[in-house]
Amino acid sequence: MSLISRDDARTLLSKVVGYSQADHVVANLTQNNGGNIRYARNSVSTSGRTANMTLAVSSTFGLKTGVATINEFDDDAIMRTVRRAEELARLAPENPEWVVPMGPQDYGETPAYFESTASISPAFRTRAARDGIEPSAENGLVAAGFLQDNASVQSTMNSAGMFNYYRSSNVSFSATIRTPDGTGSGWVSRDFNDANLMDTGEASQIAVRKSMLSREPRALEPGRYTVILEPAASSGLVNNLVFGLNARTADEGRSFMAKPGGGTKLGDRIVDERVNIYSDPYNSEVPARAWSADGRPRDRTNWIENGVVKNLFYSRYWAQQKGVEATPGPANIIIEGGTASTEDLIASTRRGVLVTRTWYIRTVDPQTLLYTGLTRDGTFFIEDGEIKYSIKNFRFNESPIIMLNNVEEFGRPQRINGNLIPPMKIRDFSFTSLSDAV
Amino acid sequence: MERRDFIKYGGMAAGALSVPIVGHPFPLDGAITPIPTADKKRLADIALEAARGAGATYADVRIGRYLNQQLFTREDKVQNTVSTESFGAGIRVIVRGTWGFAASNDLTEDGIARTAREAAAIALANSAIQQEPVQLAPEPGHGEVSWRTPIQQNAFEIPMEEKADLLLTANAAALENGANFVNSALFMVNEQKYFASSEGSYIDQDVHRIWPTMNVTVVDSNTGKFQSRNGLSDPMGLGWEYLVPSADETYDGVVTRYGKRYDIVADAAAAAEQAREMLSAPSVEAGQYDLVLDPSHLWLTIHESVGHPLELDRVLGYEANYAGTSFATMDKWESGDFNYGSPLVNLVADKTQRGSLGHVGYDDEGVRTKRWHLVKDGILVNYQAIRDQVHMLGQTESHGCCYADNWSSVQFQRMPNVSLEAPSNGVSVEDMISGVEKGIYIVGRGSYSIDQQRYNFQFGGQLYYEIRNGEIVGMVRDVAYQSNTQEFWNSCSQICDVSDYRLGGSFFDGKGQPGQVSAVSHGCSTTRFDQVNVINTARNI
Repeated sequence: MSLISRDDARTLLSKVVGYSQADHVVANLTQNNGGNIRYARNSVSTSGRTANMTLAVSSTFGLKTGVATINEFDDDAIMRTVRRAEELARLAPENPEWVVPMGPQDYGETPAYFESTASISPAFRTRAARDGIEPSAENGLVAAGFLQDNASVQSTMNSAGMFNYYRSSNVSFSATIRTPDGTGSGWVSRDFNDANLMDTGEASQIAVRKSMLSREPRALEPGRYTVILEPAASSGLVNNLVFGLNARTADEGRSFMAKPGGGTKLGDRIVDERVNIYSDPYNSEVPARAWSADGRPRDRTNWIENGVVKNLFYSRYWAQQKGVEATPGPANIIIEGGTASTEDLIASTRRGVLVTRTWYIRTVDPQTLLYTGLTRDGTFFIEDGEIKYSIKNFRFNESPIIMLNNVEEFGRPQRINGNLIPPMKIRDFSFTSLSDAV
Repeated sequence: MERRDFIKYGGMAAGALSVPIVGHPFPLDGAITPIPTADKKRLADIALEAARGAGATYADVRIGRYLNQQLFTREDKVQNTVSTESFGAGIRVIVRGTWGFAASNDLTEDGIARTAREAAAIALANSAIQQEPVQLAPEPGHGEVSWRTPIQQNAFEIPMEEKADLLLTANAAALENGANFVNSALFMVNEQKYFASSEGSYIDQDVHRIWPTMNVTVVDSNTGKFQSRNGLSDPMGLGWEYLVPSADETYDGVVTRYGKRYDIVADAAAAAEQAREMLSAPSVEAGQYDLVLDPSHLWLTIHESVGHPLELDRVLGYEANYAGTSFATMDKWESGDFNYGSPLVNLVADKTQRGSLGHVGYDDEGVRTKRWHLVKDGILVNYQAIRDQVHMLGQTESHGCCYADNWSSVQFQRMPNVSLEAPSNGVSVEDMISGVEKGIYIVGRGSYSIDQQRYNFQFGGQLYYEIRNGEIVGMVRDVAYQSNTQEFWNSCSQICDVSDYRLGGSFFDGKGQPGQVSAVSHGCSTTRFDQVNVINTARNI
């Protein structure tokens, strides 16, 4: 089934709103067409395609809301669904934090949809898998990889006159390439909105090189090291920092953003002054939906500027309570960087550790934003500006606040999982134990 | 819905739980009544016939209606109620020795036949690069059979108001006992799934699960410090009866713990008091300790350090690109003398355990479920494997642990319940503590992290009590232990009597690409591990 057009979405949702007898109604249409292919041991293992479209109707009387859905789209079915949502609303508990839906908004377009991705065929996926497997097989290595593509529509209309329509596409790829003796492993990932940019063969060459270079790692003592974190190595910690900038938990005193004696650290410098973190759905490298799920327009928002917290994000309810503007949460994460490549960062390092990626990151203490996790799939010792040898993986216990206070240098940002993150050189990163895992 | 948007809607409790959203909201009326089996059989036969016509040598169809209901509260407010239904069919076929899968919510006769042909086309396209043709272990056709989770009361039939009242009563108990904030939530799942295969099975199953959660926080605004304590509930393969307290399923001690019945109101009150006590508890001194681990904590260590490494697909490299591989390689198993743990350690896989999350009659490829040892008297003796894997172990029968989290997801090997067998030795928790000179008693699930081959792990809990010379001397905080799987299980020195045996579990265990969740239980009694490395997690920012 092809994706529904803006006009057809508007017509369908207008019908829903027209049928409503509730105080307020919000109608939400979601369509997803997706496919994937997975391989392991240099052979394809599973592959599939899923298509689905659903309409959700949320009706409210007073402070009581009911939701009903349908995946059939004739007039009778739509009418039945609206009535059902209204019946459920009358039976629902009151939600004192419910906020009246917003009226019409001005939304911009972001370049997130590409026909090249929406039209991906089984043959495209097979080719992508073959291109990912070949460099590995040619080098006597063992590849496991995954390619996933998706084209989707999200469209919302409410009884206050708000309407939006977002069409997007995404294709992502990752591969882990291991040596047959199990002592070496390399990894790579790529994600794009436009499938024409995806080259699984080129990407897999990086994992092949890392795999061969990481054979027979040596053990280094745990401790504090200067590290070069590739974007995939820092993105988990950075994500946790940015999505921790929640105004309500900070105001309530139960977040790392809370201050002794009350109040928050909004306006305080919490990390090195070279750190600038913002989100921008209009960035062409990492386009995102230019509004939040409840319809608030999202523009560029600075979260951390010169190390200072510039914004916290709010629900509409909490912003009303506090009498402030309801800044929505991040559309994506962009960390400003420099021009240096990862290789340049290595070349300027006298003694340090290069980390390809991190894994199994979990909160240890929300008060200090302390996280634990492990390095994985390519960890190397650097001496006098060169990679000297591969080393065993480490467990770390580190807070992104401490990490971003110990910045030596940021490199050129790269796209990872829809965000732009630079490779970073960090001093005194805390490794607490060794892992035998490869 | 984007996960981060959902977190905003769902509040803190949802965010902390990494809740996946599958499906869409459903109306309460009607959906809990299963669809007539005859209708599903007719559609399934159309799909199987279409698959055969498209060249499939094997096909299975799963027609599923997946219901989820979730309720989120904080303090005296119901924040959100979510009811989702997901209805559709997933079709898996083998063409030229290659798997293909397609799924659609179009359940018309034409629609399901088209989806079957699409699955066959995908299989055919991929057969060009297939290196390892699929080999299925034999499984008899079971004919037309049905199975239902043995629940006492369907939680979906309880009015939303009653559910909300219970959570708000628990919240009030926490606030009355000194909490500044409390979030509570209730998750309910009903999988109505119909499996049919080209080998003659037509299996109708009605599966139920439930999980109440709670997070109680106290704040000291003068110091800016806060502490939280999560509820000591666990997800269960039970109905609403889990939330009806029973003295028989209550375990008293320095901390009150629960079995197959849970008193959320009493636990809320205790959580508030204990969280406040934590604010002034001394920070632990790092070093080697003997650990006494309650089942509410140890289940997660079993899950991560035994359940996952013994999944055969991980061992063989099929999960290398995501969850990882395993230290428990085939040569260790083939040796017949790999000491996974001390001789006290017997670990069993079991898909037939009542009240557990993994309990079903048949797995998602139509195999009758069973129980088998993974580790016997400390020695690694088996793995977890499904129909297309057991031949690699030289075995001829699937273990029956294949699962898909939705009709739209392809089924694959998922962890069965994996549990530590408890002896009948009469040893109580008090007896165990009395034998420890320098130790820590840990209750509840906390922070958890383990490497991609399952060697090195770090775990925390909810509550920590220092043991000195056989007695609990008080609460400590900032505790986490780090160890290595084989070293840890070989340090197991004592297991309490089977009367202390309880189930813990994970409602949202993640695996696979695209990611799928599954629910799995782990049972054990309180267990002692000697000389484990404890670190102090306090930091200043």
